Amino acid sequence: MSQIPAELKYVSSHEWIRHEGDGVVTVGITDHAQELLGDVVFVEAPETDEEVAADDEIAVVESVKAASDIYAPIAGTITEVNEELEESPELVNSDPYGDGWMFKMELADQDDLDKLMSSEEYAEEIADE
Amino acid sequence: MASKTPLYQAHVDADARIVDFGGWDMPLNYGSQIDEHHAVRQDAGMFDVSHMTVVEVTGSEAKPYLQYLLANDVDKLQVAGKALYSGMLNESAGVIDDLIVYFLTDTHYRVVVNASTRDKDLAWMENVAQQFAVSVEEKTDVAMIAVQGPNAIEKAISVMSAEQQELVAGLKPFVAIQADSWFVARTGYTGEDGYEIMVPDEEGIATWNKFVEAGIKPAGLAARDTLRLEAGMNLYGHDMDETVSPLEANMGWTIAWEPAERDFVGRKVLAAQKESGAPRKMIGLVLEDKGVMREGQEVVVNEEVVGVITSGTMSPTVGKSIAMARVNRDVTAEQVLVQVRKKQLNAKVVKACFVRKGEALV
Repeated sequence: MSQIPAELKYVSSHEWIRHEGDGVVTVGITDHAQELLGDVVFVEAPETDEEVAADDEIAVVESVKAASDIYAPIAGTITEVNEELEESPELVNSDPYGDGWMFKMELADQDDLDKLMSSEEYAEEIADE
Repeated sequence: MASKTPLYQAHVDADARIVDFGGWDMPLNYGSQIDEHHAVRQDAGMFDVSHMTVVEVTGSEAKPYLQYLLANDVDKLQVAGKALYSGMLNESAGVIDDLIVYFLTDTHYRVVVNASTRDKDLAWMENVAQQFAVSVEEKTDVAMIAVQGPNAIEKAISVMSAEQQELVAGLKPFVAIQADSWFVARTGYTGEDGYEIMVPDEEGIATWNKFVEAGIKPAGLAARDTLRLEAGMNLYGHDMDETVSPLEANMGWTIAWEPAERDFVGRKVLAAQKESGAPRKMIGLVLEDKGVMREGQEVVVNEEVVGVITSGTMSPTVGKSIAMARVNRDVTAEQVLVQVRKKQLNAKVVKACFVRKGEALV
């Protein structure tokens, strides 16, 4: 059974979102997503300072098995990417909600956070798969 | 409903991730496919290959039948148990399947073909068999386990009976022997030493568990794919199929041109192609930029698409992405570009054999 921390927000494309306060969020992929992907071997990070809309394809995670797009879960500007992943992409598997985070964003509109799924809603979503 | 091998329950009990492969419920991995890959390269791993199709060819014309059916020549098999790798071609020299044939007696050969091509292979073999005094029958009462890796043979032998140990001692590469109820072949699909062992299906799980206790790590289809690709071995339906001739799939060495009077299915077309040069050829690629090459991506030289990747992955042993690609025969570039998603990345052209016996060659 994959972990779905209660304090995070989620989108159906399997990204998690943590509000760090002041309209800044950290984004990664869920435990369920990393299980589906298998061993991650390469992460193509998004461009910093880029303005993105929700659902934009902004990054790529490659496992041995397949390539998978990472979508912006919410509109905003990319402020930071996890440079650790360049050398250690396997952190996405070993610690998806911690050291395996992907990027940080400054939100265009904090109210957008209310449109995201709760952990219960996400759990229900993946149970249907 | 997908078919299940005699070892299916062992995979479920080991929490394997199960996927459908050619109509079979097979283990993709038991956790980390990279760990399983390294186990085979550095120690010992094992695969359930019971889904593969075993066909018994028997009868007074078994030999002439196979000499006509296959591009390689079973006349090369003179010692009981000796194995031969061959393509089975159609009349236009396309590859119906690749297979291994074991010589047991003059009137009995055992052929192992792919699982995903079972139905068309059996139909083809039966059709060609009509011209010969031969019987073609699928053998369905076995489980097959491939134990592979530098320590695989030693560990496998440790669970055998004294009588079996004596029989398999000194077994040479590409030779098989019947050892009690086991059919032990020193063959594989990983580029490492090891055995492929057929056991009666009711002994399957017990044998698998004995191997686990001997320290052989279960490995799934995902690791099997990265291992065979590193070893430069073709995967049917990806690196070759009925639209591809063996000359275009690095299988030229499996065609026995001599004796010239031996006719085999596809020979005429193949000989003409050899004469004029096959239109395409297979190359190996090592990616120099960061990223992963995948099947279907285009190979580009001087802004022109010259071919396509047939298999690509991240190589756990090499630490870079590797691929096999089929390109136009006139491609002589040592460097090419590969269209990886939105970017063109640099790749070096190499011989399509990336790892042998644990060592990276590129």
